[in-house]
Amino acid sequence: MSEDERFGLDKRVRLLGPLPLDSGSALAPVELGYETYGTLNADASNAILICHALTGDQYVASTHPVTGKDGWWTRMVGPGKPVDTDRHFIICVNVIGSCMGSSGPATINPATEQPWGMEFPVLTIADMVRAQALLLDHLGIECLHAVIGGSMGGMQAINWTTLYPERVKSAVVIASAARHSAQNIAFHEVGRQAIMADPRWRGGAYYADDDPPSSGLAVARMAAHITYLSEAGLTEKFGRRLQDRESKTFGFDADFQVESYLRHQGISFVDRFDANSYLYITRAMDYFDLAEAYGGTLAHAFKGSKTRFCLISFDTDWLYPTSESRTIVHALNAAGAAASFVELSSAFGHDSFLLKNPEMNRIVDGFLKAGENT
Amino acid sequence: MSKLRPDLQIIADNISPKARVLDIGCGDGALMAALRDQKQVDARGLEIEPANVASAVSKGLSVVQGDADTDLSAYPDGSFDYAILSQTLQTTHRPDVIIDELLRIGKQAFVSFPNFAHWRVRMSLLFGGRMPVTRLLPQTWYDTPNIHHVTIDDFRALVRDGSLEQEGQWFLSGDKQTGKAMANLFAEHAVFLLRR
Repeated sequence: MSEDERFGLDKRVRLLGPLPLDSGSALAPVELGYETYGTLNADASNAILICHALTGDQYVASTHPVTGKDGWWTRMVGPGKPVDTDRHFIICVNVIGSCMGSSGPATINPATEQPWGMEFPVLTIADMVRAQALLLDHLGIECLHAVIGGSMGGMQAINWTTLYPERVKSAVVIASAARHSAQNIAFHEVGRQAIMADPRWRGGAYYADDDPPSSGLAVARMAAHITYLSEAGLTEKFGRRLQDRESKTFGFDADFQVESYLRHQGISFVDRFDANSYLYITRAMDYFDLAEAYGGTLAHAFKGSKTRFCLISFDTDWLYPTSESRTIVHALNAAGAAASFVELSSAFGHDSFLLKNPEMNRIVDGFLKAGENT
Repeated sequence: MSKLRPDLQIIADNISPKARVLDIGCGDGALMAALRDQKQVDARGLEIEPANVASAVSKGLSVVQGDADTDLSAYPDGSFDYAILSQTLQTTHRPDVIIDELLRIGKQAFVSFPNFAHWRVRMSLLFGGRMPVTRLLPQTWYDTPNIHHVTIDDFRALVRDGSLEQEGQWFLSGDKQTGKAMANLFAEHAVFLLRR
């Protein structure tokens, strides 16, 4: 299998489609950037799909081509890790709408032979999942041993279990929610308005001049980054400490370390992310409400589900707080689904799922291994 | 196979194979694992302590973190053959409501609890004049999670007043089963099987 051209690092594929979208339009062709790790076993039963978050990508456990940094979840994915490259066949796909090789506003619209820009169709989380299912068809994987994701990746993971219940044996949903709250939508709207208020955005048609709305995107990232942390985490990391200076400057430079840190987060983000992709993906998240298609009763979404579920939340995560995970757990219990759930303690807010947390690894490891014994 | 706590062993011995079981206050999942491995039981658990939940989940058990006082309402009526509440009744805010919930969710319910009328407890209070601290009730009055101490006779009265059926009763002294006679004085620990 290792000789198969479909498998390996930094792969691109162009599937014919069309992929019908929730908005009523369709996407064709469907371009997907993805990576695979490990070896698919003879009966294709060891496949695990990792779903990435809003600004994540397919480089889950390999060096990022733009930043040169390690993969974003090497604590969870690798040899001997809970998602074990020696034992599992792991797939991670750039979501459609994003900008790392999958169809999105920066890719070419076949009708005009120009970048899509704002002509790109508005997507939903379910559309992203259906695109991933297309890729699995292409890779010859009928059933996933597990689908795993944190944050927006968790939304995809849980949506997998309702769209393709027969294709998912187990789902791990970390620091996520079954719908976007008013507060979630509100923060995203701040980010979108920051991008669209940048004069260089120009209705999304900035690709030809290679002059993107970097200032707007940086501000969007800065605002969002605050929501990924906790007050305690910020206080511990920065407090009111000043940045490379002895006293306040009585000006508007980044006097405080926390300002300097946020500016750095904003500036480094624009090098690797497309502003229009940020608009499209945040919109998809805002539209996410798993219960909507089931008359508002979330439990109906999981009726008769044979999938095993494992949910994890973090006590300092105020973006997707424990109550959101508990809502899912109650619905799973009401539906009689096999559910596990734990709230873990961490100082680092929503970002905790990306950071070192031995308890999270222990739980995911045991949960996945239990599914392999049966 | 590690040895089960004696009250859990009694429960395990009296559950029919392949039953659907909800273990409320399941700890690290010892009983659930035994039921799964020995009786092919489909077991689900509810546990308040995160570290216990993590241990149970890492054994491959389906356990959710939650509180018996607030999280039972999500479970549908009659969705389990048995609901189990072992050594947890005395920690709940409304034991009577919890027992109602057990028999709503489960067709039958196992309830086990330490007997506050055991002679050692009585002697401790009578001669010591202090709140009893015993093997099964090891905490002091101010840090104990046991906010509703109960005796075997109290529990029987609750069962009677609630018009519940008693399908089985077992009593433990030390780690051994003891007789029904004067259980309220001689049993350290009781296990009841109830039905509505």
